[in-house]
Amino acid sequence: MIQYDRFVLNNGLRVLVHEDNSTPMAVLNIMYDVGSRDENPEQTGFAHLFEHLMFGGSINIPVYDEPLQMAGGENNAYTSNDITNYYIQLPADNLETAFWLESDRMLSLAFDEKSLEVQRKVVCEEFKEHYINKPYGDVWFKLREMAFKQHPYRWMTIGKELSHIENAQLQDVKNFFFKHYRPVNAVLVVAGNVKTALVKELAEKWFGDIPSGEKYVRQLPVEPKQTEARKMEVKANVPLDAFYKCWHIYSRLDERYYIADLITEILSGGGSSRLYQSLVKEKQLFSNIECYHFGTTEAGLLAIEGKLVKGVQMEDAEKAVEEELKKIKQEKVSEDELQKVKNKTESMMAFEDMSVMNRASSLAHYELLGDAELMNTELSKFHAVTAEDILNESQVIFDEANSNTLYYYASGN
Amino acid sequence: MTDRTKAPRIKDAVEFDLKLKPYEKFTLDNGVPVYSINAGAEDVLMVELVFFAGNSYEQKNIIAAAVNGLLKNGTSTKTAFQINNHFEYYGAYLSRNCYNETATLTLHTLSKHLDKLLPVMQEIVADSVFPEEEISIFKQNCKQKLAVGLKKCDFVAGRLIDAYLFGEEHPYGKYSNAEDYDALQRTDLQDFYKKQYSNGNCIIFTAGKIPPELEKLLNEFFGKLPLQPPPIETEKFIIKPAAEKKYRIHNDPDGVQGAIRIASPFPNRHHPDFLKANVLNILFGGFFGSRLMSNIREDKGYTYGIHSYLQNHVHSSAWVISTEAGKDVCEATIQEVYNEMKDLREELVDDEELMLVRNYMMGIILGDLDGPFQLIARWKNIILNNLDEAYFYNSIQTIKTVTAEELKELATNYLQPEKFYELVVI
Repeated sequence: MIQYDRFVLNNGLRVLVHEDNSTPMAVLNIMYDVGSRDENPEQTGFAHLFEHLMFGGSINIPVYDEPLQMAGGENNAYTSNDITNYYIQLPADNLETAFWLESDRMLSLAFDEKSLEVQRKVVCEEFKEHYINKPYGDVWFKLREMAFKQHPYRWMTIGKELSHIENAQLQDVKNFFFKHYRPVNAVLVVAGNVKTALVKELAEKWFGDIPSGEKYVRQLPVEPKQTEARKMEVKANVPLDAFYKCWHIYSRLDERYYIADLITEILSGGGSSRLYQSLVKEKQLFSNIECYHFGTTEAGLLAIEGKLVKGVQMEDAEKAVEEELKKIKQEKVSEDELQKVKNKTESMMAFEDMSVMNRASSLAHYELLGDAELMNTELSKFHAVTAEDILNESQVIFDEANSNTLYYYASGN
Repeated sequence: MTDRTKAPRIKDAVEFDLKLKPYEKFTLDNGVPVYSINAGAEDVLMVELVFFAGNSYEQKNIIAAAVNGLLKNGTSTKTAFQINNHFEYYGAYLSRNCYNETATLTLHTLSKHLDKLLPVMQEIVADSVFPEEEISIFKQNCKQKLAVGLKKCDFVAGRLIDAYLFGEEHPYGKYSNAEDYDALQRTDLQDFYKKQYSNGNCIIFTAGKIPPELEKLLNEFFGKLPLQPPPIETEKFIIKPAAEKKYRIHNDPDGVQGAIRIASPFPNRHHPDFLKANVLNILFGGFFGSRLMSNIREDKGYTYGIHSYLQNHVHSSAWVISTEAGKDVCEATIQEVYNEMKDLREELVDDEELMLVRNYMMGIILGDLDGPFQLIARWKNIILNNLDEAYFYNSIQTIKTVTAEELKELATNYLQPEKFYELVVI
């Protein structure tokens, strides 16, 4: 059980405090309710670029990092399709420095032209490093576009193309900030060697007078139900053929999310999982194969991907994947196998929760999803999944009409 | 009204009195030492067996990595599937890693399952059989993975720079080729395993919420095996650095970035300059606020990230600068790296920046001493490098007291461009 206190400031900022006095450190985590799904389709990658600009100085503090480093702290941030998260870890004695820095940049950024100019370049290099200059780096650009026709999950958080980032203007930056980076759209979590009373005082002092802002009401296009299989072939300068296939699954708050999650564990959660054992070890059609899902807030994707052993035909590889899916759709998983994936999940959660930083960001995430208490009820939801559920949902998810397949061929072949 | 232009008062991290929680040590019946840290609130446990089975001990390329990689792939009574299934059933992770001197077999588990897992771990140490079929799958899959890696400029650059620094014959400099996998023989694996694992030298590290019966359990499962305490290690390899210093490699005609590595040999942790150089390295390129990051990322925007570091080797280290930069700005990036070296050689770092580096490093160590796994990792590093806790306290003392003059002198001795290998792989 994760214990926490919760209160809301007058401007709407939700604050959670998780005390753990076994550590000398404190963590301050702010999660903003904005991600790449909230972008204009003509300006993709903006939420992530914006995250970089949050380090370019705020209205009263010219540089963000230095005072934090001086206080013995470090920080980072990440952007996903759904949220943007900023976190600081520092010696608990210096907690107020974190409040000072984070509140000032929530109050207002400096909106510095030079910072924008430099970070556009930095993000373009990030784009190149991770998605262009890497074999198979473009796969999810293609798969997302194939799987989503309306919903903004159809583009990557890094952005659809370099030009969207290159064209970002300072006015866009300002508009985005005042629309999304307001107390009413954020969750603050303070964790570690802290006391709720002090956190309350500091939160009032530093965040209390920031104008509340307007609650952002999300109205995203709804993805129509996919009704027929989609397929695509590409050829690229890569050494091996690869197979990718994905299916639409459920939103994070849907009870069936837990079933889908365990399905991925059964298929590919380790050396004894089905796809690995059957396709890598027994049939030797793939040199690696994985099944995973994206854990997105709204209905997202479950995927299988693998590289083919040289000389194996794509049709044979695909057929073998189909056979495994047929098995999980037709035969009930044994109690032992189900217990195994539940045990794995329980243990994974225990290891993740060892870090105060993870606990803080999980609390923020669950609070944004609607209820921080979900953090404490999650495990029981996994335990409640039955073999019957796995069977039924496998049939729904692995319906061919719900699938998107990408055949990725090595151009040398 | 709160004055937002004024920073809240801080406690300088250098004022923190950092203590490294001592380990408890016991010795198994066969002499194998066990170092243990009992800490943490969660009922989780790590048990790591360290063998002297790194690539320094192999006669042929990649034997050490292959044996380590195939440890979980079959004993005389269990198939690879059964082994994996056993650990996964209990939600445990059994991982293995191969380094230059050592190779590890590491268990992470909820404490309650320990007694079900140690017997199988024992079997892996005493009775792995390396089935032909498993070896053949391993070869094939490693070759495929290598083929993908060789398309990546950073992967290629990482291999080459080590070869320039140490020579391709040296454990720190050699790398794998497809032919090495083809040449793997089962008997080579079995011989290496027998010598370095089942009859090898071993140290055990364990951390987490230690159950009272742990000593008894470890003795029962590992204390009766023909394992031995760690050897006295000496440097036995000759470094043959490359004569040529500058390289430009074209690996991918479609490449849009270059992987840049700039590196120079550097002594190991026992050298009197090491701890001070560690501070200079942080200032130079070891954190987000470093000179290299501030200039090359935050001012010029040439790269997503640039870092410098001292390689984590036991016998002989190297000082490395590493980045991936836009194809057109690679040469400009290299020039800026040298400009920053020059600055460190010629100008004293000012008090504020030095204080920032001190505080930052102390804060990181404070955070890093948090939790049983982090504590044992620090101890492991000390022990495997033949150091003692004085090293930890000296490093704290150095962070607190190293002077600007000393850093400048170090820069003058070590950060000279002509001492560095320079490589760009596009």
